[in-house]
Amino acid sequence: MKRFNRNTRHEMPRLNTASLPDLIFTLLFFFMITTTMKQNPVRVDYTPPKATELEKLEKKSLVTYIYVGKPSQQYRKQYGNESVIQLNDKFAELSAVQDYITQERAGMREDEKSRMQVSLKIDEHTKMGIVSDLKLALREAQALKISYDAVKRNTPFH
Amino acid sequence: MGRLNRKVPDINSSSTADIAFLLLIFFLIATSMDTDLGIQRRLPPPVPKEMIRENVKINERNLLSVLINSDNQLLVNGKETDISQLRPKVEEFIDNQRNSPDLPEKIDMEVPFFGIYPVTKNHVISLQNHRDTEYQAYIEVQNELVAAYNNLRNRLSRQKFGKSFAELTDPQKEAIRMIYPLRISEAEPRNLGSQK
Repeated sequence: MKRFNRNTRHEMPRLNTASLPDLIFTLLFFFMITTTMKQNPVRVDYTPPKATELEKLEKKSLVTYIYVGKPSQQYRKQYGNESVIQLNDKFAELSAVQDYITQERAGMREDEKSRMQVSLKIDEHTKMGIVSDLKLALREAQALKISYDAVKRNTPFH
Repeated sequence: MGRLNRKVPDINSSSTADIAFLLLIFFLIATSMDTDLGIQRRLPPPVPKEMIRENVKINERNLLSVLINSDNQLLVNGKETDISQLRPKVEEFIDNQRNSPDLPEKIDMEVPFFGIYPVTKNHVISLQNHRDTEYQAYIEVQNELVAAYNNLRNRLSRQKFGKSFAELTDPQKEAIRMIYPLRISEAEPRNLGSQK
């Protein structure tokens, strides 16, 4: 009957935490690899248009982003209400697009230059005039692979 | 047995977990997992300045003109059309199943996997918009055009290979692209409909 003796000290075995750091490190490496640091702050009001026939973009390092839209609230006073183009983190003129593309292309690996892609993040209420001008500028700059950034739409038409 | 006492002391590693946790939380916050999606297109290469005025003659039956005016209304081959009717119209135009004389001519072509196949090789969809057209309307039309091509390609690939277009091997895709080549031409915007 010694087994049921309550006086025997019956300690709970301690959980072995020696491998905990390894577990955490594995997670850590996963997130380190998948992380892309947020690039430039967006200074325009940008609501993507909706579409259904969407495709994934190329690798992030091959993609150059151009934003078009009305300046965000805090820049309205200075830049007005008309749609503007944002390259990197500042507003730019149309004439600067070509230089921007050339500069971006120069930073790419030689064998990847032909796969360069420009993602156009254009606000849905933008007038096509500025978009057409931008497209023409991209053609001049030989950046022919473009992607009209959009989000998935589930309902047929608005 | 006094030797046994001269062990190297363990380094206390109980805090490595904390350090790793801190790093982990930092990267968790900094991660953005969203992948960008978009409608992908290829722009035509720039035209040399001296060639700009040269108009290419296109047979009328081979041309489908889609105009979007400043009020985002559609004009397809001169007729006002709702966006929901655009896709079937474009499909009919590209495919020309009944070989109608009003729709693009079919030219027999040697296509791998298919042999000799009639293709509406010279069809052109001309997309033109006004400078005041809204971008959303433009994207919707682009989307419908791409959807029409995707539908046709998918249908043919199901018929022939029993799989959707996305699942095909590259040479098979190439063959289907030969039968339904993407031919959308975008003219520079005119000031359509602004005279009123």
